Amino acid sequence: MYEILDENNLNYYYTIESNPGSKPSEGTFGFLKNETIAKKLLEFNEQDTQVVSLLLPTIHCSSCIWILENLNKLHPGVKNAQVNFPKKKARIVFTPTEISLHDLVMLLCSIGYKPYISLDDTTKKKKTVDRSLIYKLGVAGFAFGNIMFLSFPEYFEVDEFWLERFKYVFRWLMFLFSIPVVFYSGWGYFVSASKGIRSKILNIDVPIALGIAVLFLRSTLEIALDWGTGFFDSLAGLVFFLLLGRFFQQKTYAYLSFERDYKSYFPIAVTRLNKNDTKPKEEQVQVHDLSPGDRILIRNGELVPVDAILLHGNALIDYSFVTGEAVPVSKKAGDQIFAGGKQEMGVIELEVVSSVAQSYLTQLWSNEIFSRGKQTVFQSLTDKISKRFTVSIISIAMIAALFWLWYDSSLVLNVFTAVLIVACPCAIALASPFTLGNLLRTFGKHKLYLKNAEVIEKMADLDTLVFDKTGTLSHTHKNIIGYDGMELSKEEKQLLTSTLRSSNHPLSRSLYRLLEKNGIATLDSFQEEVGKGVTGKMGGEQIRIGSYDYVTTPIQKNTAPKRKERKQTHSHNTVVHVSTQKGYKGHYTFYSEYRNRMGETLHQLGKEYDIVVLSGDNDGERPQLEQLLPEKTRYYFNQKPEDKMAFIKAMQGKGKHIMMVGDGLNDAGALAQSDVGIAISENINVFSPACNGILDASRFHDLPKFLSLSKKGIAVIKYAFLFSLLYNLVGLGFAVTGNLKPVIAAILMPLSSISIVVFTTVCAQILGRKLNRKNKLLDADKSHLF
Amino acid sequence: MSIIYMLLAISVIVALVFFVAFIISVKKGQYDDTYTPSIRMLFDDEAPKEENLSETTTDQHIQ
Repeated sequence: MYEILDENNLNYYYTIESNPGSKPSEGTFGFLKNETIAKKLLEFNEQDTQVVSLLLPTIHCSSCIWILENLNKLHPGVKNAQVNFPKKKARIVFTPTEISLHDLVMLLCSIGYKPYISLDDTTKKKKTVDRSLIYKLGVAGFAFGNIMFLSFPEYFEVDEFWLERFKYVFRWLMFLFSIPVVFYSGWGYFVSASKGIRSKILNIDVPIALGIAVLFLRSTLEIALDWGTGFFDSLAGLVFFLLLGRFFQQKTYAYLSFERDYKSYFPIAVTRLNKNDTKPKEEQVQVHDLSPGDRILIRNGELVPVDAILLHGNALIDYSFVTGEAVPVSKKAGDQIFAGGKQEMGVIELEVVSSVAQSYLTQLWSNEIFSRGKQTVFQSLTDKISKRFTVSIISIAMIAALFWLWYDSSLVLNVFTAVLIVACPCAIALASPFTLGNLLRTFGKHKLYLKNAEVIEKMADLDTLVFDKTGTLSHTHKNIIGYDGMELSKEEKQLLTSTLRSSNHPLSRSLYRLLEKNGIATLDSFQEEVGKGVTGKMGGEQIRIGSYDYVTTPIQKNTAPKRKERKQTHSHNTVVHVSTQKGYKGHYTFYSEYRNRMGETLHQLGKEYDIVVLSGDNDGERPQLEQLLPEKTRYYFNQKPEDKMAFIKAMQGKGKHIMMVGDGLNDAGALAQSDVGIAISENINVFSPACNGILDASRFHDLPKFLSLSKKGIAVIKYAFLFSLLYNLVGLGFAVTGNLKPVIAAILMPLSSISIVVFTTVCAQILGRKLNRKNKLLDADKSHLF
Repeated sequence: MSIIYMLLAISVIVALVFFVAFIISVKKGQYDDTYTPSIRMLFDDEAPKEENLSETTTDQHIQ
């Protein structure tokens, strides 16, 4: 790699940061040579210019930006490259006659940026970024500022000579400025309010829309009939602050996506063997073009994209993605292999049974839960309050109007509108966006990335937590190994280690890592039988490692423990047996390694919530789990993806509010079905299924804190409600007595809004600091330990 | 007296110009990626010349 850079005078790369680049990794991008596939990836395609946007997950530092943006110096065919760092994407303009897409990708690989290309990239989505909120906010802010300036003179100089002459101009200018505020920026509130009324829900937008409408109409009437200046400044301020709240509530993580499905995992193309010729020819075809009967070739580390039957080769399929089972499964010719499995060893040839969309795994996505999205039956705290609020405001307005009708009928309209204006729940509407928006950011800093602020409200309302096992409670790979049986001699141990070293099986590899210290010697012969075990010979010694049947075949069965009794003790654990010429020796058992402080975390959670473990794996580790987890935990094993989803649905039917914590594709249905679906991810930049939030695996132990924090956040919102009701009472005092002057409204409204914003922000920050401090303490503890 | 009208008109127009400029910049996606440009501006247009670089840095980094 250094050579490439040096040739092109780009070794400045190494001076920017002392540790640039990541290990170069070659990938198989042969399919990019197929033009129809390549075309699908291109953003723009003209004769001598092509543009492609590639996701480069290895982008991680400022050197990356520099090297990628200087790509045109590495190859003359590249015209221009631009990096979007937060999205980890590079947009590259190149000349196809000088460098093909395939060569470009290979060039990127050679400097260490292997693009991630998945099936998802070919389905062209319309990427319309919704910026309307920013526009609306801009319009409201612009009008607000101008109207403020225009309204000021009348507040301070009431009867000044020049002002008397010009105030009409000022007023009508304010009117003009307020038109876009009402009919563009504030229009969303009218729409939402009318929707709410039609479905008979008095949401918070009803009193807001009422307030805006009354403000606008009364102000227009006032200036038209020369009664006064109107409330245009309050009107623009109100809409501006409300939109500001909405804007703040959004927090997007550019490099995360909460809407992924299987397409993000699946390859874009696969090698098909052309069966028409007598001599099979390899060709790259799109996964979508596969039809039953096709023969495909899957190489080591590739994903099987369709349900298929194994024809040739030794298959060792890792289904951890699909079923949650941690140990790869061996398959013989004739066995069926489901889509989503990853081949772990060598090349295999398969015959396609069903197309991509009709595969066992992908059918999960045809369930309605994915197409319709989550129902919005959820009623936010603000909506609950606004119902009572709206009813009481309207009745106060009515009563005040009736009173004045009897007392002094000339003021009726004045009082009635004043009540509606001053009671406009600006502060109430702001309380929750600012509290939740702040919490959302705090959570993000602590590596819990939530999709939106509503998730926090739901998190405060949970009663059941459901956990997946593999990849969620435990690490994905089994690591803890225990030995049971006769002691092995030094020579036997050495032989064992050497044999394991030659094997490529994942279990051999983990076992080898454990036994590495035994030292190795050259083997005389080594033999591997797929799905059964391995045999190593050295000198006169021979060792067999693998399944029970395999290791006991050549020796007399009676030296080995009876199969029956053995089965009962550990029927479902992952076990590797060892035997030598002298007979059966013993077995190694693999256990999942549970996450750091998993038991402690779940005990903490168990005090407040019902805990359920929902695993696709077998129940082999039940005893360990029972030891670690709180007593009341319920366990369900051997759950298929649909089972998990159905389980969540059934629980919800009983009125439970459920948080599902999971990782792989097998949890996708359950994550989508649950009230809050949190995906655990060991590497945030890698992919996780559709969910409401993504939690970095290293912060698993903070889950209780996140949950309690969201509850406290809701409490803060409630206090803020009380606070803003006080303001409303003061305002109503003015309104009911007929004393609401524009200047009072102009002071009261922004004051209440700003104080609520300050109150909620400060509270949320204080809450967030708790999370910080606890973590620092823990970190300090750790450093003390080691 | 009528100068006030002109001043008003000018002030509103100036404000509108900035407002339109803001809208256009948002539309062009200027605020979509606020991080990368801040790094990009720190890079030199041309990499430092070979001579002064070879002694100081390359030797340490050959791997």
